[in-house]
Amino acid sequence: MTTNEWPLWEIFIRGQHGLSHRHVGSLHAPDAEMAIKHARDVYTRRNEGVSIWVAKAENIAASAPSDKGPLFEPSNDKVYRHPTFFDIPDEAGHM
Amino acid sequence: MAAAVKAAPTREEALVEFLLRLGDNTLILGHRVSEWCGHAPVLEEDIALANTGLDLIGQTQLWLGLAGEVEGKGRTADSLAFLRDVWDFRNILLVELPNGDFGRTLMRQFLFDAWHVLMLGRLTESADARIAEIAHKAGKEAAYHLDRSSDLVIGLGDGTDESRRRMQEALDYLWPYVGEPFMPDAVDQLMAAEGVAPDPASLRQEYDATLRRVLGEATLTIPQDPFAQLGGKTGVRHSEHLGHLLTEMQWLQRAYPGASW
Repeated sequence: MTTNEWPLWEIFIRGQHGLSHRHVGSLHAPDAEMAIKHARDVYTRRNEGVSIWVAKAENIAASAPSDKGPLFEPSNDKVYRHPTFFDIPDEAGHM
Repeated sequence: MAAAVKAAPTREEALVEFLLRLGDNTLILGHRVSEWCGHAPVLEEDIALANTGLDLIGQTQLWLGLAGEVEGKGRTADSLAFLRDVWDFRNILLVELPNGDFGRTLMRQFLFDAWHVLMLGRLTESADARIAEIAHKAGKEAAYHLDRSSDLVIGLGDGTDESRRRMQEALDYLWPYVGEPFMPDAVDQLMAAEGVAPDPASLRQEYDATLRRVLGEATLTIPQDPFAQLGGKTGVRHSEHLGHLLTEMQWLQRAYPGASW
């Protein structure tokens, strides 16, 4: 393993106007500008995007998979948090 | 068939010749760049280079397709690409030179892109609407190629001692091949007179400005020797490298004539 590898960048592409950027993968690049160029070449070859965001992977803080229980399971049985207990008037149509 | 350019070509002969030059430049450079596929130093560069090669081959289809159409002898982009021999090719010498190391490949790309962008920009104003249309489409790709190759030349030139040395060596090696596309001949003069294409020499000043900006930022020294190797775009004298390239590029059509997928 070499120690001077290019840093890892996370790539976010917006597919169409009006949609949000979605994480599509990651790649290596020496700086942000080259990361955008590489992302253009790696992830938008088939007309996938109208906008690219890149972020250094090390700058993204992520929740730990081992915390999944405490973080997410408590909401499993709290169905009342979903707005599904309202009677929707017919006139409102599909929501 | 193999005749080099006549002293006084007709308008149509000159137009075919001019289109072959454009198409052969992108074909030969596209093939050269494709030789890196699977071999580039990092995955990201491998994909990016392959994309550049594919862009160039795509442009080739348009230029050579139009050349065959104007010529009217039933030759297609494919037959022009795969069934001509060395002396019928009209690409500048710069693009047929071997890749060398990665630095030389990128320097060659930059030196070509800088010219290509200017040429395509002027061709969008061509009196020939078909040429203007192709130039408009190709120009967007070329602008990206130049953006990328400039960045890489700057990054490697203004990089480590080794990368800087390699980029300077590449520039010195390629320098004698920089002048050719700016040297007008009878074909160019006729195309300029007809408003089809710019006088090639008229692009040089802006080209030099691009070189000074990018190579300056790359901390490289631009050679001053104005000597230019000629003979590629007229077909008079290609380097020995083109024949080797063609044997590889054309072998399938030569061995299995008419093969398709």
